Amino acid sequence: MIEIQNLTKKYGQIVAVNNISFNVNKGEIVGFLGPNGAGKSTTMNIITGYLPSTAGTVKVDGYDIMTHPSEVKKRIGYLPEAPPLYRDMTVTEYLKFVSNLNNVSKKNQKGQMADIMELVGLTDHRKRLIDNLSKGYRQRVGLAQALIGNPEVLILDEPTVGLDPKQIIEIRRVIKALSEERTIILSSHILTEVSAICERIVIINKGKIAAEDTPERLSQDLDKTLKLSLTIMGPKDNIIKTVKKIDGVKYMEAAGMVGEKSYKYILEGKNEKNDIREKLFYAMAENGWPVIEMKPSVMTLEDIFISVVTKGQEV
Amino acid sequence: MFTVAKKEISTYFKSPIAYVLIGLFMLMISIMFYTPFSVGSGDFMPVLESMGFFLLFLVPIMTMRILAEDRKNGTEVLLLTSPTSLTNIVLGKFFAMYFVFLVITVLSMIYPIIIFAFGGVLTVQLVGGYIGFLLLGASFVAIGVFASALTENQVVAAIFSFVALLIMWMADAFSTQVGNSFIASVMGWISLLTRYNVFTNGILGLPEIAYFLLFTTLFIFLTIRVIERRRWVQG
Repeated sequence: MIEIQNLTKKYGQIVAVNNISFNVNKGEIVGFLGPNGAGKSTTMNIITGYLPSTAGTVKVDGYDIMTHPSEVKKRIGYLPEAPPLYRDMTVTEYLKFVSNLNNVSKKNQKGQMADIMELVGLTDHRKRLIDNLSKGYRQRVGLAQALIGNPEVLILDEPTVGLDPKQIIEIRRVIKALSEERTIILSSHILTEVSAICERIVIINKGKIAAEDTPERLSQDLDKTLKLSLTIMGPKDNIIKTVKKIDGVKYMEAAGMVGEKSYKYILEGKNEKNDIREKLFYAMAENGWPVIEMKPSVMTLEDIFISVVTKGQEV
Repeated sequence: MFTVAKKEISTYFKSPIAYVLIGLFMLMISIMFYTPFSVGSGDFMPVLESMGFFLLFLVPIMTMRILAEDRKNGTEVLLLTSPTSLTNIVLGKFFAMYFVFLVITVLSMIYPIIIFAFGGVLTVQLVGGYIGFLLLGASFVAIGVFASALTENQVVAAIFSFVALLIMWMADAFSTQVGNSFIASVMGWISLLTRYNVFTNGILGLPEIAYFLLFTTLFIFLTIRVIERRRWVQG
C-alpha cells in the first residue's frame, strides 16, 4: 500500500532523513519509533505530501506523491503532531469544512461526520467551540479530521502525546478499531504504545532505519543471551566460585547486598539451549545456600530501543 | 476554492476584525463626506478619491492574517495535505478578502445614494470611479495576500503590504520629481494611482482595466509560487 524507496530529505546541510526504504502492506499497522528529532515527522510530512523529498520516491496505492499528489492526498488521512485546528470554529463546523476540502459529497457528509464523532467520542461536544475544548478533546478532533473522507491510509504523528492515561487508552482503542479496515502508520517515542497496537515496528534514529520487525521478534533477538537475576543467601565469594564451575555459565557477578546474609547476583548463560537453572538450584542446595529468588531478566522493548539507538550513535 | 472562501468569510464576520475595519472605514468616509456636503457641494468624487487612499491602511490590516495565521497555527498542513489544490486554496483566500472589500464598497455607496436622494446626478465620473475602485481594490488585496504568504508574523505582513502599497501609491509623485526620464516613466508605469485617476476622470480605459487585472493575477500567481517554493526550502 505504501512504498518508500531511498527517501532522503535535507534541510540545507542537515540531513533529516537519510536514504530510508520500507513498505507497508494493506491493512497493516506499523509503528514508527524513534527519539525526538529522529526524522519521524519529516518522513510523515513527505508521505502526506506536505513537504517534498530531496531524493527518493513515495508511492501510495501505486501513485507517486510527486507526480500524482491529489490521488495520494485523497487516500491519506493525516494527523500531524500539532492537530491543525481552527479554534474559532465549533467541532461540527470544522469537520464540515474538512469534509468540503476532501470533496465529500453533500449527501454523505452528515452521516459520515456523525459516525466519526461517535467513534472518537465527540458526539456530546459537537456544538462546542474548539478553543474551549481540553487538549484531549482537541486531539480527538484532530483524529476525527484525519478520518473524514474515509481514507484507506491513516498517518498519525504521536496521536497520544499530551493525553492523560485514560484518554491514551481510549485513543488506542479507537486506533485499534480503525486498523481493522485501514493501513496505519503511527509514530511515537513511547514504546509501550507501539508494542500495544502495532504489528510491526520501524525504529528510526538520526534519519536512518535502525531496526525493523515485529515487536515479538525484536524482543526475541535480544533475548538470546539468557540472563538471570538471583538472590541467594550465603557467603558471596564461595557462591560465585561454585556457580562458575557449573557447565554453561558464562559469567556471574554480585550486584549488591539484600538483607543481612543474602546477595543479589547477575548471571549470564552461554546459550539459550542449555538451561542452567536446574543445575544451579541443586548446586546451591548441596551447599545449603537457599536460593531466595531466581528470575530471567527478559529485555523489554525499552532495552531494545536503547540498545538499537545507542548502537546507531556509535556508528 | 469555494469551500476555503466561505470558511474565511465566516471567520472574518465571526471575529471583531471585520466590524472594526468596516466601522473605521465608514467613519473616515463619513467625515470626508460631511466636509464638502456641509458647504453645499454635491460632488462625491473627492470622497471616492480619498477612499482609495484609505485602502492603503485598510487592506494590509484586513489581509495580514489570511495566510500567515495558517502557517503560524499549523493549519497550513491541513490545507496542503488535502486533495484541494494550492491554486484553489489561494484563490479561495483571495476571493474571501475581496468579498470583505466588496462589502465595504457597497456600504460606501450609501453616500452617493444620499446625494441622489437630494437631487444629485449620476455622473460618468462616479460610475468610472467605482469601477476603478473595484479594480484598485483587487490589486491591493492581491498584494496584501502576497505579503501574508511571505511571513508567519501577521504584523510583519501588514507592514510589508502597507509599504508596498505606499510605494506604488507615491510612485506617481516621485515620477514627476525625478529628472531622469526613464526612471520617471517606470515609476509612472507602476503607479496604481495614475491608472486609478483615469477612471475617476470618467474614462473606461481598456489598457487600465487590463493593467489592474494583470497586476492582480500576477500577485496571486506569485503568492502560489512563494508557498510552493517555501515547501522546498523550509527547514
